[in-house]
Amino acid sequence: MTKLLEVEDLTVTFRTGDGDVNAVNGLSFDIDEGETLAIVGESGSGKSQTAFATMGLLARNGRASGQVRFDGTDLLSLSQAKMNKMRSEKVAMIFQDPMTSLNPYMRISDQMAEVLTLHKGLSKRDAIAEAARMLDAVRIPDARARITMYPHEFSGGMRQRIMIAMALLCQPRLLIADEPTTALDVTVQAQIMSLLGTIRDDFGTAVILITHDLGIVADFCDRTLVMYGGQIMEEGATTDVFAAPAHPYTKGLLRAVPRLDRDDDVLQTIAGEPPDMSRLPAGCPFSPRCDIVRPECTATRPAQEAFPPERRRACHAPLTEVTS
Amino acid sequence: MFSFIVRRLAVAVPTLLILIILSFMLMFAAPGGPFLSERPPPQQVLDNLNAKYGLDQPYLKQIFDYVVNVVFYFDFGPSFQYRDRTVNDVIAQGFPVTLTYGFWSFVVALIVGIGLGIAAAIKHNTWLDYLAVGVSIGAEMLPNFILAPILLLTFTLALGWLPGGGWNGGEWQYMVMPIIALSTSYMASIARITRASMIEVMNSNFIRTAKAKGLPMRTVIFRHALKPSLLPILSFIGPAFVAMVTGSFVVDSFFSTGGIGVFFVNAAFNRDYAVMMGLTILVGSMTIIFSLIVDILYAWIDPKIRY
Repeated sequence: MTKLLEVEDLTVTFRTGDGDVNAVNGLSFDIDEGETLAIVGESGSGKSQTAFATMGLLARNGRASGQVRFDGTDLLSLSQAKMNKMRSEKVAMIFQDPMTSLNPYMRISDQMAEVLTLHKGLSKRDAIAEAARMLDAVRIPDARARITMYPHEFSGGMRQRIMIAMALLCQPRLLIADEPTTALDVTVQAQIMSLLGTIRDDFGTAVILITHDLGIVADFCDRTLVMYGGQIMEEGATTDVFAAPAHPYTKGLLRAVPRLDRDDDVLQTIAGEPPDMSRLPAGCPFSPRCDIVRPECTATRPAQEAFPPERRRACHAPLTEVTS
Repeated sequence: MFSFIVRRLAVAVPTLLILIILSFMLMFAAPGGPFLSERPPPQQVLDNLNAKYGLDQPYLKQIFDYVVNVVFYFDFGPSFQYRDRTVNDVIAQGFPVTLTYGFWSFVVALIVGIGLGIAAAIKHNTWLDYLAVGVSIGAEMLPNFILAPILLLTFTLALGWLPGGGWNGGEWQYMVMPIIALSTSYMASIARITRASMIEVMNSNFIRTAKAKGLPMRTVIFRHALKPSLLPILSFIGPAFVAMVTGSFVVDSFFSTGGIGVFFVNAAFNRDYAVMMGLTILVGSMTIIFSLIVDILYAWIDPKIRY
């Protein structure tokens, strides 16, 4: 049975002055209709580039290989025109920085209406009415009047709501949210996440949530995929991954979450720096920072290992040693 | 917005007044005079001339009289050099010429410059980009006193396509070379500025959003990217427009168009105070008006600017 989105052996390569750099290295995952998947990792782990590759939005010097099948259609080999039909209509995306992601020189009404006139062939008038309804749905107060305003007349949280409303106009089946709350303050974060939850439930939209905030993941996502150095470290149902992390990196991440119920004086961190993607170690990308590193870790890249219940991981250390 | 325009125009009046007084003082501070030559006329003649043009009056009275005449009668006085003509005549004769070819030069520079800039930005780091950048740098460096004779040699002498000079009431054949000579360097600057800002805008987050919406590239560029890309050009085109419509000494001399560009320089050489003052005021007031227009355009493009 085909899933909604199947990513197979995705590699994203950037041509730079220092030679080619792989931001994503042979990534494979899938997401089902209506499901919520978290992609977790530090900055530079390749999680955003995975999203951009899916949307065909890589920077000019970037190239994606492998397959990204949406409903069986490989997005990477689509023509520009066909890809434009997919965007918004089937797959939509919201971005990390709502302050700069809306066009500051256009009214909200024009920015939203153009999606509907383009994809649904609506008249401008109907498109604006529909856009106002969608702004109502994301709880922009007084949407009908405020839709003619410019982005700078809204707060960051409001702008992210507008981005969400705009992404949902054509009722896409997949919404990719790239760190949608990173730039917002904590109370607004909670509002945006609960809004995303409502929308997922109301519209049945599948969501890929890209984040480094594990608190959000625990509340929101069915499944979690942990990335490091452009590769998958482990994947599984969120509750399983959080209860029994099967990779030293995931363990480190979870340990680094500040907790009030423990009396820690010092914030826990993972020693070392995120990897330099142009000089990844030959073996496991996490090996230089791993506290249970073994000789084979620095030599060979660990293979993906599946284990029950429907989990997988890439680590040389025996499962029992990691989970214990 | 309306009160902003009124306020700006109100400030323009004292600005112009200061401009008039300062240029008057500067002119008189320069050595020499309109009637001096290698063989000076007899003292009696000089005295008569000075009396006729009011140059025998005390300094402050001269300024005062001049300002009164300009402000209340819109009279810039008689030319010192062209004995039977007033400054108003000089401007009335020469300004329409420069205004015409200057305006068309501006249109050409703007359209070609912006077009070239956009094309180079979209095809960033391709041969088209390199070509456009190369041509722009070349055109920006090429002075028009070199370009003008090259044009004359090519189109008049070698090919015989275009008349070598004159104006003939503004027939298009007479305008082609002045327009090319005047617009080329401006066109190159506009292309360079447009390219740089377009590249920056195309890399911005809201353009990524526009692409993610599935808009075709044409829409992304012309609906989303063009307006913000033009912002840096605005501050350039105000002064450029004034400089172009007030003509160019080189163009007027090479193509004998009879515009005010050549009067300006001759007036300075001949100490034709009246013509100099008149043209300075003309350029000054146009500069004020066009910087106001530029400010209004800014508000039109950028909704964050509200006056």
